[in-house]
Amino acid sequence: MASVTFEQATRCYAGAERPAVDRLDLSVGDGEFMVLVGPSGCGKTTSLRMIAGLESVDAGHIRIGTRDVIDDDPKDRDVAMVFQNYALYPHMTVAQNMGFALKIARIRKLEIQERVSDAAKLLDLMPFLDRKPKDLSGGQRQRVAMGRAIVRRPQVFLMDEPLSNLDAKLRVQTRNQIAGLQRRLGTTTVYVTHDQVEAMTMGDRVAVMRDGVLQQCAAPRELYRNPVNVFVAEFIGSPAMNLMTLPVVDHAVALGDWRVPVPREITDSTGELVVGIRPEHLEINGTGVEMEIDVVEELGADAYLYGRIANADNTFNQQIVARTDGQDPPLRGSRVRLRPQSQHVHFFAADGRRLPFSRGTG
Amino acid sequence: MGLKGIEDIADRVIKPSVLRGVTLYTALTAIAGCALFPILWAVSGSLKSAGEVTTPTLFPAHPQWSNYREVFALMPFWRMLFNSVLYAGCVSAGQVFFCSLAGYAFARLRFRGRDTLFVLYLGTLMVPLTVTVIPQFILMRIAGLTDTPWAMIVPGLFGSAFGTYLMRQFFRTLPAELEEAAILDGCSPWQIYWRILLPHAKPAAMALAVLTWVNVWNDFLWPLLMIQRRSIATLTLGLVRMQGEYVARWPVLMAASILILLPLLLLYTVAQRAFIRGIAVTGLGG
Repeated sequence: MASVTFEQATRCYAGAERPAVDRLDLSVGDGEFMVLVGPSGCGKTTSLRMIAGLESVDAGHIRIGTRDVIDDDPKDRDVAMVFQNYALYPHMTVAQNMGFALKIARIRKLEIQERVSDAAKLLDLMPFLDRKPKDLSGGQRQRVAMGRAIVRRPQVFLMDEPLSNLDAKLRVQTRNQIAGLQRRLGTTTVYVTHDQVEAMTMGDRVAVMRDGVLQQCAAPRELYRNPVNVFVAEFIGSPAMNLMTLPVVDHAVALGDWRVPVPREITDSTGELVVGIRPEHLEINGTGVEMEIDVVEELGADAYLYGRIANADNTFNQQIVARTDGQDPPLRGSRVRLRPQSQHVHFFAADGRRLPFSRGTG
Repeated sequence: MGLKGIEDIADRVIKPSVLRGVTLYTALTAIAGCALFPILWAVSGSLKSAGEVTTPTLFPAHPQWSNYREVFALMPFWRMLFNSVLYAGCVSAGQVFFCSLAGYAFARLRFRGRDTLFVLYLGTLMVPLTVTVIPQFILMRIAGLTDTPWAMIVPGLFGSAFGTYLMRQFFRTLPAELEEAAILDGCSPWQIYWRILLPHAKPAAMALAVLTWVNVWNDFLWPLLMIQRRSIATLTLGLVRMQGEYVARWPVLMAASILILLPLLLLYTVAQRAFIRGIAVTGLGG
C-alpha cells in the first residue's frame, strides 16, 4: 500500500483555453478511499489518468509513496485501474482476463491460478471463470473488472466511474460491495464519479473539482456541513441546497419576517449576500416566508416540497425546496410558511466564497 | 379505436413496406441475374460441343462432360492450381501481417508526422499499375527474381496502401480503453498488437485476405511479365496460353474458366460471413 500525492500537478491539452487539471494539490493517505467528484469536464478523470500514467503531467509532480512517478511507464507504477466500460478483453475467458497481467509479468502458472481463484471467491465469480465477457451480465462484468485489479495486488486502485453502466438497484448494491472490499483489502483507492451520492456514501474523504481546480477536499460530513463555496454547497446534497441572493438592509439579511444580522465589515463591502439553506433546515410552521407549492415529491419517510417564495416585490418567483414529514405533507397548490433554522444557515459572498460568520454546524 | 381505424393504420404501415419489399427484391433479383448470367453462360458453354457453342441456347442438347476432362489433358491443371494457391496464400498472409502492423501503427501509435505519412502512403493508390510495372520489372530483374516463384510473392508480400487503410480503419473502431487496460497490465506495443488488438481484427483480416487472394488469383499482367516456365505458371497464364494454342476450342476454355473459378467460390463461401462483417465494420461498404 502507498499514499498518492499530487503536488501542483497540471495537465494542459493542446488548443484548450484552460488546463484540464490546474495545479492540483491533493494527498491521499495510505489505505484511504478518496473520491474525486464533480460535473463532467471538471478534470476528475484526467487526474485519475495522470496517476495511472495514461495522461502526461505537464507541470508539478505525482508521488506514489515517496517515489515521483511522472516519468515512469504506467506498468511500473504498480496501479490497477477499473474502467467505466470495464475494458475486458472479449476474446479471453474471465480467468484469462483476471490473470492476464500476471501472465505478462511472467508469474508462475500455479500462482496465477491461485491468485485468480482467491479473487474469484472474494467476488463470487467462481462459476463464471470459463465464460467469455459477452456471456456475463453487467454486474458480473463489473466484478470481473474489479477482480482483474485485485489479482494484481497493486499499491493503488484507480476506479473511473465503475458503476455508471449498472442499473440503479445494482449500483447501490455494488457500491456497498466495493466500499466493503476496499476496507477489507486496505488498498489505497482513488475513485472517480459524477454522482455525489456515490461520493458521499463511499469515500473516506471526497475531493470536489470544478473546471480543473480542486474546490474542497474533506470528509463527506464536513463537506455537507461546511462547504467552502457556493459550488460545493450546491453540488453536495440531494436535493441541492437552496441558494438565494438577498440584499443586506440595515446590517441584516431578511427572508420574510426572518432576519439575521450581518457583521459590519461584510455589510460595508457588498450590497448583497448569497444565503444557503438545506431543504431539511426549513421549518414549516405558522411564521416565516410564504411558499406556494408546485410539486410534492413523496418518498415515504420524507416528502420534498418544491415551490416558490415571494420576493421583496411580492412576486412568487424564487425557487425553493423544503423537506417535511412524509406522513401528512401539504398539498400541491397550497401555501405554507417556511422558517430557516438560523444555526444551519450558510452565507456566501457575491463571488461565491463562504463567509466566516456562516453558522453551519450540523 | 374501431376496426376501420386499425385497417387504416395497417394500410398506411404495411402496404408501403410490402410494396417497397417487392420493388426492392425485384430490383435485387434483376441485378443478381445480370451478375450471374455470364457465369451461367460459361457453365452452359463449357458443356456444349464445338458446333453448338455459338448457338444462343442456355441448355446444351447433349452435355459434353468430356470438355472438363480435356482441360486436365491440355494443361498441367493441378500444378498450376498449386502455384496459384501458393502465391495467393503467401501474399495474403503477408498482406494481413504487414498491413495489420502498419494499420495498428497508423491508428494507435502516436508519432510525429503520422497522419502526413499515412496520407502520402494512401496517395500511392492513385498511381496506376501501368506506371510502375516497368520499374518493378527492372527491379525484379536486378534482383534476379524474374521467372522464379519469388517474383509472384515478394512484390505483394509487404502490404499495400489499401490493406493498411482497411486495417487502420478497423483498429480505430476498437475502444481506446482496451489498449489502456493492456498498457496498465504491462503489455509492450508489440504485445498490445499481437495479444489484444489482432485477435479482434479477425473480420477485417479475413476481408483483406479474401480480397488479396482474389486479386492474386485473377492477376494476369504481372505473371505474364514475370513467368516463362510452365512449371511455375499460374492458372490464369495456363488459361490464356491455352487460348493461344487452341483458338477454336471455346467449350474447353469455358470449362477451364469454370474450374479456375471454383476454388474462389469455395473460399468466398467459407469466409463470407467474416468478409461481410469486416467490410461493414471498417465502413468500406458501398
